[in-house]
Amino acid sequence: MNWTWFHKLASPPHAYRIAAQLLPWFAWPAGALIVAGLYGGLVLAPADYQQGDAFRIVYVHAPGAWLSMLVYATMAVAAAVGLIWRIKLAHAVAAASAPVGASFTVLALATGAIWGKPMWGTWWVWDARLTSELILLFLYAGVMALRASIDDRDRADRAAAVLAIVGVVNLPIIHYSVYWWNTLHQPATLTKIGKPSMAGDMLWPLLLMLLGFTLFYGAILLIRLRAEILKRERDATWLTTELAR
Amino acid sequence: MNDILDMGRYGAFVWPCFALAAVVLVWNIVAARRLHTAARQQALRRVAAKAAA
Amino acid sequence: MERTGIARAACLAYRRDLLLAFRHWGQVAQPLVFFVIVATLFPLALGPQLAELREIAGGTLWVAALLASLLGVELLFRADHADGTLEQLLLSGQPLAILVLAKGFAHWTICGLPLVLLAPLVGAGLGTPPAANCTLMLSLALGTGILSALGAIGSALTLGLRRGSLLLGLLVLPLAMPSLIFGARAIDLAIHGDSARGPLLLLSAMLVLSVTLAPTAVAAALRISAE
Repeated sequence: MNWTWFHKLASPPHAYRIAAQLLPWFAWPAGALIVAGLYGGLVLAPADYQQGDAFRIVYVHAPGAWLSMLVYATMAVAAAVGLIWRIKLAHAVAAASAPVGASFTVLALATGAIWGKPMWGTWWVWDARLTSELILLFLYAGVMALRASIDDRDRADRAAAVLAIVGVVNLPIIHYSVYWWNTLHQPATLTKIGKPSMAGDMLWPLLLMLLGFTLFYGAILLIRLRAEILKRERDATWLTTELAR
Repeated sequence: MNDILDMGRYGAFVWPCFALAAVVLVWNIVAARRLHTAARQQALRRVAAKAAA
Repeated sequence: MERTGIARAACLAYRRDLLLAFRHWGQVAQPLVFFVIVATLFPLALGPQLAELREIAGGTLWVAALLASLLGVELLFRADHADGTLEQLLLSGQPLAILVLAKGFAHWTICGLPLVLLAPLVGAGLGTPPAANCTLMLSLALGTGILSALGAIGSALTLGLRRGSLLLGLLVLPLAMPSLIFGARAIDLAIHGDSARGPLLLLSAMLVLSVTLAPTAVAAALRISAE
């Protein structure tokens, strides 16, 4: 099999140019999907039987939670690729992804908490999923803090990569433990926050939002990756020709 | 329209959530673009300095 | 010249760390004292009723043990990093993961084991009945083992960084939360006279997982940090 395309991708000048070309293909569809999803979710979808119109929060809460985990997984995979095959660009992808993932974790937490108020009467409950999201936020904070504390970029990349991989191995353990802990201490009757029984009319806007947010992450990643490449390739000769374009 | 704003009494919860989502999306766009512009300007400066040297 | 076998190298590393610890036992005692102090904070904060303290005893003991372990994990690599022994270990040609395992076990012998032995005393201060002591010690024994492993990863990653200790806490505590959940639960069950078999088994599983995987991560982190 011809692997040149793969090696080309790993080359910074190439990646820099390709990222610019790919960007519109992520950004515009993302925008369209999100707008369509919002319209479908806020206007078209019927109110939920149990939760009324409050369930519509799912249209931003679920994409936030989904992205918080997808981005962490991406970061961990990029970290592993960077460590194993020593591809600097993979570390750049990991570095670029962390703040984005953290922002969506915050979104998931905040919308989850706000959703809890009408459902459970308090601004915060130690619900299994919210607690897991909180711990995920701590993991993101750890990776970002570690990378920021090390001056040598190479060492920072590799240390953060090890931590990201350790974190991703722990994620299932954390999820399971928190779920068990929560079912243990929570009374049996639980309002199904985050899981309204989804009829078709309610489901398709959610799928649009999930896809739209995912493409949005792709677009942001491409922009941040370009910035990372510029920072990391400071003294490279290809920069001169590239910037002159 | 009022129905939509009201959200069946839940308006005060639903709309802040969507506003928050908008803030997060906008922040991501703004922050990413700012990072790129800054990096680009720094790179241009370095290239110019090297050319002058 | 005959090359030293892995087993012998591991034993040597273990004995060296123990020897050094005994020479500086003041340093070794600090995490223990910290454990007692933190545990004492709770009665002072919440009131002297043993009945009330008993309800939170499991969690309190575990949180105190967690924080004390964080303090103690500094002992693992800091001194070796400072005097160059760490580089010698990296260059020794012995499998680093095995040496790390030996050092980790030494660290547990120095920091974890005394804490486990002291725990029933501290627990009594929080109202734990003597019948729960067995489970209490077992839960903390397994727990401090897990914490030694996780702490080693954090310590290796933050080696030589300024304010590394603070960062260490931020990195290790979230990873330790699952063991906290089950460890505290085990003690609480024992205090109320129920069987703590479930949580203890899960804790054992976590220990086996950490001891198996952590040395590789620590070795990788040490190579990254020591260059």
